Amino acid sequence: MTLRHTIVDAIETIAREQDKPMPPVTDDLVMVDTEFDSLCFALLVARMEDMTGVDPFSDMEVADLPVTVGDLVALYDRAVQKRAA
Amino acid sequence: MILRERLAAADLGGLTLSDHRGRMPLADLLRGTATAPAAAALAGRSVLLATGGQMAAARAMVALDGLAGRMVLVPPGLAPEHVAAIAADGGVESVVTDEGFPEAGLPACVPRVPVEAACAAAVERSVPTEWVLATSGTTGRPKLVAHTLEGLAGGINTAAIPEPGTVWSTFYDIRRYGGLQVFLRAMLAPAALVLSDADEPLRDFLARIGAAGVTHLLGTPSHWRLALMSAGVSEIAPRYVRLSGEIADQTILDLLRTAFPEARIAHAYASTEGGVGFTVEDGREGFPAALVGTRAGIEITIRDDGLYVRSNRTGRRYLGDGAPALMDADGFVDTGDLVERRGARYHFLGRRSGVINVGGAKVQPEEVEAVLNVHPRVSMSRVRARPNPLLGAIVEAEVVLRAPGAPEEAASLKSAIIAHCRPHLARHKVPASVRFVPDLPLTAGGKLLRRAP
Repeated sequence: MTLRHTIVDAIETIAREQDKPMPPVTDDLVMVDTEFDSLCFALLVARMEDMTGVDPFSDMEVADLPVTVGDLVALYDRAVQKRAA
Repeated sequence: MILRERLAAADLGGLTLSDHRGRMPLADLLRGTATAPAAAALAGRSVLLATGGQMAAARAMVALDGLAGRMVLVPPGLAPEHVAAIAADGGVESVVTDEGFPEAGLPACVPRVPVEAACAAAVERSVPTEWVLATSGTTGRPKLVAHTLEGLAGGINTAAIPEPGTVWSTFYDIRRYGGLQVFLRAMLAPAALVLSDADEPLRDFLARIGAAGVTHLLGTPSHWRLALMSAGVSEIAPRYVRLSGEIADQTILDLLRTAFPEARIAHAYASTEGGVGFTVEDGREGFPAALVGTRAGIEITIRDDGLYVRSNRTGRRYLGDGAPALMDADGFVDTGDLVERRGARYHFLGRRSGVINVGGAKVQPEEVEAVLNVHPRVSMSRVRARPNPLLGAIVEAEVVLRAPGAPEEAASLKSAIIAHCRPHLARHKVPASVRFVPDLPLTAGGKLLRRAP
């Protein structure tokens, strides 16, 4: 599974568990425009840390704040690359 | 009330005090004389009781009550710096000790009295001794709580004649509040008492108390959960099962009811600071709302969801320089326990200090654990804060399964346990993650260890 698949799968799973109806999760979907709320986001961060071992939110710049799902994928991608380096 | 005088006035025929090494007649606790050399070193003094095992502590407690001015009980497993701290806070003038207690931490310039010498001592005219216990806080330096013997025994019906054949035991150490209650119940009845030992495997302890015919047994819910998981549980047949020291949830009460269908099952609300508040015997978690208010010898009130107790059973004060006040201006002790009323019953939510803050929403670990423990595969659980960059913390659960699962079912079982929580808990209280662990650590006091790791 690619990193993108992992993230999209986690978002869809959490949304389903939390009863948050979501539009199709595409790269240009703006997360804060959906019902995916702060608790969902917190769960996503924890779950991604469990699966990838990285938590890019724990030391990030404001400029890094992901807006779209594509930003989020890029953020995790950078964190995983950085750890591998 | 003086222990020695109570025992001397009773028929002690055949009653014994025993541990994993051996047994002695209760009558042997009364051998002391006022002419013994140690009597002068102990009479009226503040005495630190620092022994390796419980048998020596039990014998010395009987000897020192009425003889020492103050008796400071050193609980087992205390770090040397904390032994030194409580010796200082307790204004200790003599140390009663034995070879089983490590020298490190004992105050240097204070006379040492061997346990055997202390047990040989008595006094012509007894004085009331102040009993001092260390709190079982999970972090930092323990606080010393001063009690009177009357206060410690305030929840015990000292006028009752014990049921014939009563044999007491406890998973606790008798130098902690819960265990001391059992020690005093046995001494004041009087009745036979079987002591536990920290180094004895649980299965061996259960076999030993089974063989000794123990009828009355006290432990924390965590002690009982472990016991019910042990093969040794088939060896015991208590008539009276008592729980204290932690919240007794419905799951553990039901498990005990199934394991011991004929037993009286009682969960007591008690603490080192607050004393014995009440005992509930209806087999249901929580306590009847009717217990709030004023009853004989005790007043209970709820303020800001916290439980407060005013009674002569509570500690009198904390000892030590700069110690905070134990009770407020009205004489009420804040127990630090949070409760919630549901219909005609109050339920415990946990410690005020133990809350997990999930983005401003509070979570009591114990509330989540109670839900987790209902799941048929879950034996026990510990809920803790997991740091989270978005909400500060989220809820994480460590779970001990009743029987280990196959590796390939781990993921689905975690999901099932989390799904089980959802209908019962607000969404921020539902564990974000579950980890399976082989066991969970208990404190020396038999409570779930809540601090790291």
